[in-house]
Amino acid sequence: MDLSKASFWGYRRENGRIGVRNHVIILPVDDLSNAAAQAVENNIKGTLALAHPYGRLQFGADLELHFRTLIGTGANPNVAAVVVIGIEDGWAQRVADGIAKTGKRVSYFGIEGHGDLETVKRASQVAKEYVQWASELRREERPLKDLWVSTKCGESDTTSGIGANPCVGNAFDKLYPHGVTLVFGETTELTGGEHLVAARCRNDAVRKKFQAMFDRYQEVINRHKTSDLSESQPTKGNIAGGLTTIEEKALGNIQKIGRKCLVDGVLDKAEMPTGPGLWFMDSSSAAAEMVTLCAASGYVVHFFPTGQCNVIGNPILPVIKICANPRTVRLMADHIDVDVSGITRRELNMDQAGDKLLECMFRTANGRLTAAEALGHREFVLTRLYESA
Amino acid sequence: MIHFVVHEEGDGVGVVVVEGVRAGQHLAGWIMEENRDVEVVAKNDIPIGHKLALRDYRDGDTIIKYGVDIGRVLKPIAKGEHVHVHNLKTKRW
Repeated sequence: MDLSKASFWGYRRENGRIGVRNHVIILPVDDLSNAAAQAVENNIKGTLALAHPYGRLQFGADLELHFRTLIGTGANPNVAAVVVIGIEDGWAQRVADGIAKTGKRVSYFGIEGHGDLETVKRASQVAKEYVQWASELRREERPLKDLWVSTKCGESDTTSGIGANPCVGNAFDKLYPHGVTLVFGETTELTGGEHLVAARCRNDAVRKKFQAMFDRYQEVINRHKTSDLSESQPTKGNIAGGLTTIEEKALGNIQKIGRKCLVDGVLDKAEMPTGPGLWFMDSSSAAAEMVTLCAASGYVVHFFPTGQCNVIGNPILPVIKICANPRTVRLMADHIDVDVSGITRRELNMDQAGDKLLECMFRTANGRLTAAEALGHREFVLTRLYESA
Repeated sequence: MIHFVVHEEGDGVGVVVVEGVRAGQHLAGWIMEENRDVEVVAKNDIPIGHKLALRDYRDGDTIIKYGVDIGRVLKPIAKGEHVHVHNLKTKRW
């Protein structure tokens, strides 16, 4: 596929970033504000409440990550405008101020002193204005380099390493030379193949940072483990699908970064990349956590290769499912966007599979709903670093 | 028709990519990287996605897949036998 003149149709945001969706979100700062946020969503059609269970008595790096994830989600160019609701004004304002740096429309409401009903009424009035305003925004044609694409696999099996993951790798190798901003992560899921990622780092400085992130996460595993992690990593689904060890899973996982692109930099969780290229983000390998972090880092389209079929989606980030397992594409066709099972029959080569994914990527970017979007999968899962105070 | 796939020359296991493989069945394999054919007789029923041994292994041997170490053999494995958590274990964690 010749991508030299490739373009897509997206929404240009106030800060110049390009989104491929046009969501107006109702963003609770904390668990207590979910009810009000969901009431606003129910009142105002076309809004999306992002309920979650956290945001109280967190502190230090864990609290910073909480704010970074919420602000990053609101700042994501797939979001047109944001209504923030918190139990009190202070932290709600902090989140709103962070989002406002993008120049987009954002308002915040604290529940204390007003109660849910009054807060819902005021927030609904603003949400209605936002939705009507956003509904008149139009897509414009943009060069491929304006697209930010993330990847993370899930419920992998051996066919992931044979077909779905190298298909993503093939697409990444094709996108990379055109200045697309890419990311992968899943720190512990590189175990056994970390030397291959280290070898792909652009320079020693990047390699050193990557290795430090990898080693730190291994220490977390070693500190808390009570077994060899079989049934957790690999998961029971991975094992049912034929994956035996973490090394085998990792080597399949690493196929997602292709054979040519270099790892240009590393990111902390929910940290925004500062330029194009392939980034590694230190992250959990749990699907919803990782995809939520990708959205918070500003990515607008996600490649999700799967073997046994993890059904995950995300509220604001379209998740494209790629599968090479002939049994899964038959039994769970509803969830699969790109069927590359032809690879296992020698009917489809990797170049063709990569092109098939890129074609789906352009259609998705231009507005076609993914299977996960159509099925209403909106998993929004915040990563925690340790206990609340 | 292909029954199993091998990532690259030198790998000690292949992955069954069709449903219903039975013990005693003659299986046609494809080594992807070198685009070469290979044949093995299955010693067990092997589910789709699961691995079969392409050579004999002794207790303590290392199994290579993708050209890299994927773990330690727990008990002897014969060529054509099902390879999974009952006879292969991680060397990490």
